Amino acid sequence: MEKHDVIVVGGACAGMSAALYTARRALKTLVLTKDIGGQLAITTEVENYPGVLKTTGPELAQNFKKHAELSGAEIKTGLVSEINKIGDKFQVVSSIGEFESKVVILAFGLKQRQLGVPGENELIGRGVAYCATCDAPFYKQKKVGVVGGGNSSFDAAEYLADIAAEVHLFVRTDKYRAEQTLIDAVKSANNVTIHNFTEIAEFIGEQKLEKVKLKNNKTNEKSELELDGVFIEIGWESQAGKIKGVSELVELDERGYVIIDNQSRTSTPGIYAAGDVTNTPFKQAVISAGEGAKAAMSAAKYIQETKGTDGSPGLTPDWTRGNKKK
Amino acid sequence: MAEVTFTDANFDAEVKNYKDGPVLVDFFAPWCGPCQMMAPIIAELANEVGDGIKVGKMNVDDNQAKAQEFGVMSIPTIIIFKDGEAKETLVGVQDKDSLKQKLEALK
Repeated sequence: MEKHDVIVVGGACAGMSAALYTARRALKTLVLTKDIGGQLAITTEVENYPGVLKTTGPELAQNFKKHAELSGAEIKTGLVSEINKIGDKFQVVSSIGEFESKVVILAFGLKQRQLGVPGENELIGRGVAYCATCDAPFYKQKKVGVVGGGNSSFDAAEYLADIAAEVHLFVRTDKYRAEQTLIDAVKSANNVTIHNFTEIAEFIGEQKLEKVKLKNNKTNEKSELELDGVFIEIGWESQAGKIKGVSELVELDERGYVIIDNQSRTSTPGIYAAGDVTNTPFKQAVISAGEGAKAAMSAAKYIQETKGTDGSPGLTPDWTRGNKKK
Repeated sequence: MAEVTFTDANFDAEVKNYKDGPVLVDFFAPWCGPCQMMAPIIAELANEVGDGIKVGKMNVDDNQAKAQEFGVMSIPTIIIFKDGEAKETLVGVQDKDSLKQKLEALK
């Protein structure tokens, strides 16, 4: 089994930043991630990352990766399915093999939430979509639905109103959590119908989506509506409880986020967490990157205090490097 | 093999009539975030696969005929062809190693 000092699970703002910091501490660092950049990589424009005046999500994500690699971290793509504690080490099981480490940093962010109704998985990419800015052009002059009552669903509805023939917005309540200007824009579009108290119960279609079964959750009235496409925009959720072993090792809050203290420690010594997967309330690239660095420094301190490194020259604080060169 | 740029025009020669191995086509558009996430994975994959396996991208903005023919309604969509036939369709961002395994299995 491949051995490392640090395994970082997740390769976006928090994970790459953590890897950059542990690698610079001369710790043998592996990043295991299913993709590069996570939520950041599907963000179009980024204008709030301090010191970077204007960039795009994919560009910033690639730079995070390059920076971690330049610092000496190794990055592999694979899906982590299980984390176990064996003695004072951790075993990380993934689609590309098993790895061992002294510390694990959980930084795998959030995943787009699915509705979880029949037909949804079967029709992904054939009418069921999760990215309005990506897939809207395929629905020119078609009939589409949007699910959700927040900013992203109203944003999608507004965007689709200019492209599709008809837009149907399904909201579970009659309370919208979107910005008022966005709500007003959607309400004033003459091809958008908002269906309050309405949920999709099933997606139906053979080769592609043909119609949806709807349920009014106030009257229990059921109906059907023919649609060419449905965009699901109901936010993001934690996957922490879905990786085997994680919920046994670290305490999660009621929404499934990893609970950390102010030094990024979880309830198991040697496991740290950073970024959107944690119970830190604000989800921003700069916050995740900062938290990744914090988790890395805590992890380095833990290794120094408990075990030391394998075959590496020892921990070198960043500031001594510059001095040595002089 | 270097990454291939597939188009409606070269599709028959590059994909349909290609008999020497599997061909992976990533249907993408430049304005799509997840597609940009996929781009470096495709580039690396193209350099790492064995002889005979083709890997490349097709811009759906410029090549709507083939995207329509294969029912692409979401991007990125990856279709793996063998002997001109679509063997597997994958929607959304995929990881490099599982794509590599799928290609090697079809070799």
